[in-house]
Parts: sequence; C-alpha cells; structure tokens
Amino acid sequence: MSVLALLDRFRLPQHRLVSLLPLAALILLLPLLFPSAYYYRVAALIFIFAIAGLGLNLLMGFAGQVSLGHAGFMGVGAYAVAIGPSHLGIPPLLSFVLGALLSALVAFVVGRPILRLKGHYLAVATLGFGVLLAIVFTNEANWTGGPDGMTVPRLILFHWPLRGAETWYWILAASFLVGAALALNLIDSPTGRALRAIHDSEIAARVLGVDVAEKKLMIFIVSAVYASVAGSYLALINGYITPDVSGFLRSIELVAMVVLGGMGSVVGSLVGSAVLVILPQALTLFHDYEHLVLGLIVMGVMIFLRGGIVPSVAAALRGWRP
Amino acid sequence: MAEFLQFVFSGLTVGAIYALVAIGFTLIYNASDVVNFAQGEFVMLGGLTTVFLGYAGVPLPLAALVAVLLTTAVGLALYRFAIMTAREANAVTLIIITIGASIFLRGVAEVVFDKRFHSLPPLFGSDPIRVGGAAILPQSLLVLAGALIIVVLLWAFIDRTLFGKAVIATSANRVAARLVGIDTRIIVGACFALSAAIGAIAGILITPITLTSYNAGTLLALKGFAAVMLGGIGSAAGAVVGGVLLGLLEALAAGYVSASYKDAVAFLVILAVLFAMPQGLFGRAKFERV
Repeated sequence: MSVLALLDRFRLPQHRLVSLLPLAALILLLPLLFPSAYYYRVAALIFIFAIAGLGLNLLMGFAGQVSLGHAGFMGVGAYAVAIGPSHLGIPPLLSFVLGALLSALVAFVVGRPILRLKGHYLAVATLGFGVLLAIVFTNEANWTGGPDGMTVPRLILFHWPLRGAETWYWILAASFLVGAALALNLIDSPTGRALRAIHDSEIAARVLGVDVAEKKLMIFIVSAVYASVAGSYLALINGYITPDVSGFLRSIELVAMVVLGGMGSVVGSLVGSAVLVILPQALTLFHDYEHLVLGLIVMGVMIFLRGGIVPSVAAALRGWRP
Repeated sequence: MAEFLQFVFSGLTVGAIYALVAIGFTLIYNASDVVNFAQGEFVMLGGLTTVFLGYAGVPLPLAALVAVLLTTAVGLALYRFAIMTAREANAVTLIIITIGASIFLRGVAEVVFDKRFHSLPPLFGSDPIRVGGAAILPQSLLVLAGALIIVVLLWAFIDRTLFGKAVIATSANRVAARLVGIDTRIIVGACFALSAAIGAIAGILITPITLTSYNAGTLLALKGFAAVMLGGIGSAAGAVVGGVLLGLLEALAAGYVSASYKDAVAFLVILAVLFAMPQGLFGRAKFERV
C-alpha cells in the first residue's frame, strides 16, 4: 500500500456542504466589485433563475426526467404573490408560502400521469402543461390583468418594506445557498441515490426495490417548489408580472440554463443562469435580435455544449492536476 | 343548424392546415425520429415571404414559388447544420434543438420582416358561397383542395416511386437501409426539404384567411403536434385525421364554450391522449426492450 493511499484512508470525512463554502465566500466578496446598484440587480436576477435551475437540475440531472413546462410553476409562484395580497387580502409572505404549496399540489396532481411518459412524449406533455398554465394566466384577466399583467405589492417584513437591489441581493444570495444546501442534502440521501439509479435504468432501479413512480413524483414536486419560489421572487423584485413569466420561451430558457451550466451540477445551475441572464443584458444594443440570439444559444448549447460548462471545466482541471 | 355548419366549415379549413403541419411532422419523424418543432416556422416563412415579395412588386404566383423554394432551403439547412451536427443526441436533446431553431427562425423573421400581421389577397375573391345558411369563403375551398392534392401527391410519391420506397425503408430501419445501399442522409434531408415545402404551401394557402405574423409558427407547431398525437405518432393517415379532428374540436369549442380558450383545446387534447391512450387513434402500442 502506497503512502498516498494510506493517507487517503485517514482523511477527515468531508461534510458535503463544505463544497458550498468557496461559493459563499465568493458571494460575500463579489459586491466589492459592483460599481452600481444595477450590478446588484443583475446578480439578484441570476440567483432567482439559479434557484429555478437548481430545482430543474434535480429533475433533469439526477432523475433524468425532462420538463419543458417548468416556467408554468414559476407563473404559479409569481401570480400567488401578486393575487394573494391584492385580491384576497392574504399577507405577501403567506402568499409566497401558499404559492409554493399550490405549486406542490399542482405538481402532485399532474405529476403521476405525466411522469409515466418517456422521451419525447414526456417533453411534449410537460410543454403542453406549461403552455396551458400560461393560457390560463393570460385569459383570466379579472384575476391576472390578462396579457398586460398586474402590479405586485411590495413585500413587508416586520414593518420593514423590502426595496433596493442591494437588499434583494443578500436575500436572494441567502435563498440560493439554502436551496443549494437542501439540494446537496437530497442528492446525498437514499432518495438521491434512488434517483440516480432511476436515471441509469428505470427497470434496474425497480428490480432493486426502488418505488420508481413515487421517487419521480417526489422530485417533480420538489423541483416545482423551487420554480415557484423563484417565480415569487421574480414578481417581488420586479414589482410587476405578465404571463410571459410562465411562457414557453421561459421554460426553454430554464432548460438551456441547466444544460449549459451542467446537468447534475449545483454550481452549474448558477453558472448557466449567469450566462443566460448576463448575455441579454450585454446585448441590449441588439434588442431586436433577442429571439435570434436566444435561438442560436439554445441550439449551440444543445449541439456543442451538452456536457455543460462546469463538468467540462472540472474534468479539464482534474486532468491537468499532476 | 346554420351556426353548427359554420363552425364545421371553419373547423375543416383550419383542420386542413393542421393536417398539413402534422404530415410534415410525420414525414420527418418517420425518416429520422426527430420531432421537429420548427415545422410551424415553415408555415410562417411560406406565408410571410410571399407577402413581402408581393409588397416588393413581385407577381404573387412567382412570389409563392420563391417562398416555397426558400423555405425548402431553410428545411435543408436545418437538417444539415443542426440535426446532422448533433447526430448522436437523444430524442429530448433533438427536440430542444428544433425548438431553438424555431426561436431562431422567428427571430430572423422579426428582423427581416416586421412584427405586424399581414394578409394576402384571396385567389377567388372574398364573396362567400352560401351553403345551408352558412357562408364559406372560396379560399377555404382552395385550402381544402390544396391539402387534399398535397396528401394524394405525397402518397403517390411515397408509394409509387423508387425514392419513396427508399424513404419507407429508411423509416423502417435506418441501418438496414444503409446496408442495402441507400444513402439515408439524402433520404432524411429530402424529407426535411419536403416537409418544409409542404409547410410553406400550407402557409401561403391559409394566410388570406387567418393572417400571418412572425410568431405564428410556434402555436401551429404545437397544434400540428397535438394532431399527430391524436392520430398516433408515425401514422400518415392518423396525421390527416388528427389534424381535421383537432380543427373541428377547436372550432366547436370556440363557438360553444369559450373563444379565448380555443388555443387550450390542442393542449388538453395532447394531455388527454397521452394519459388515456398513449398510442393515439391509429398508432400501435410500443414495447420497450431491456
């Protein structure tokens, strides 16, 4: 036995959340480089989509199930914080939680029949479900303001109204880290292992005693809650919401983020979100070319970057290390 | 009764277009297993290119011909540069690639053309023909006749020519087709070109009735796909029946239930078919080998 292998045996057991520490440090130090509030806002948006990406990544990267309708759940969360306070008199914070619960309920109801499907049938069913939700948000104008959208009341925490990009930066950074920690916990749990088994082979997993349908449904619900929370945050930070939040393009953007960052990589969700949030901001000069560029990105990512940025870089670093 | 008849006529007209989109889907799916979500953009490109060439002073028949050729070239380019480059990708990745292509083409249309709605003059005027109290536009009959001719020609082409037999061989088993000397890349490319051309013709036929704009494609693609699901994926007859049925369902739902939820019908159909009878009306059940 070599000395190295011996050392390896006595290595301290590393806690899984330790991997989040460098990320937390980065988030803490990053604002030192921000010259204006605009940067805080862009960073906050990145965290929002990264939260949705985390959930979708659990579904796609670990369980191997695709969803082309996840923006629908973002819509549920977003309209919950908009409709709850202004139409039903429910406090914003409670609306936020109720939105997440409602998303979980919707995911629970549609999840079982949808997740029975595979391949392009699954893709199309989730896509149809997402578009259906967007149609409802567009048509129920009495509640949602229709295609023009509606304003979202400001979130008030203990008589302290939340405003300013800087405040949102810290709230969303913390939310992202909590979301990432929960995701890492889930991945490392027996459920996480079962999900990876399902990803490799559903039949093999079933033979080993995994309740495939139940595990898939569970992760679908979890990912719906992540999307709903992200949608609520998006509505609150913008103070305004239109049915576009739940639209088809949004769903595709979410999938592109997950694949671009790296399937199954928690950090990848953040990287993918950063690329797809920053790029349009950098391209505001070419506003008319928005769809053109988005289409090119989606195609390019799916054709050339299927491995994802973070896993590719990680592999390169591992190979480079002596 | 007149009302019902009116809904049926408008349902048949739109249904014929859905059927053409669904045929395009089926052609590509059978040849290559790709579910092509850019199919609706072919329809949009055919309509809009004709409109704008017409604005530029090109006589409409020539404009229509150029539009069909251009869309065919776009279909070929989609196959050559997107699908062929990503050969070894799985079904879901390919779907997302075609969705990306659809967003891209929509983006190109919004830059090259504009964001407004456009129409074409109907070929035989706009005086409606009265049938049993309902009014039919001459253009509707043209759409139905056009769809019928395309379906018959396509059937004859696939069933009666050597090239068509190569298409059937390719869709049955690509490896075996290659082993007997068929260049499957040419066959699949031809299927992309053919369904782009069919889409473009559908777009030109329907534009005088429903108008068209840069973003008309996405919804059409989704509805064409709903038609495919309804008929059973991979079945050409199913695609036609599914398209007409979906058009009828939509028109009746718009007339008797709610016009604003007309577009939801297609998605309810998709979900209902997938949940209740995943093989569609004409498809056969698939079994998975381990």
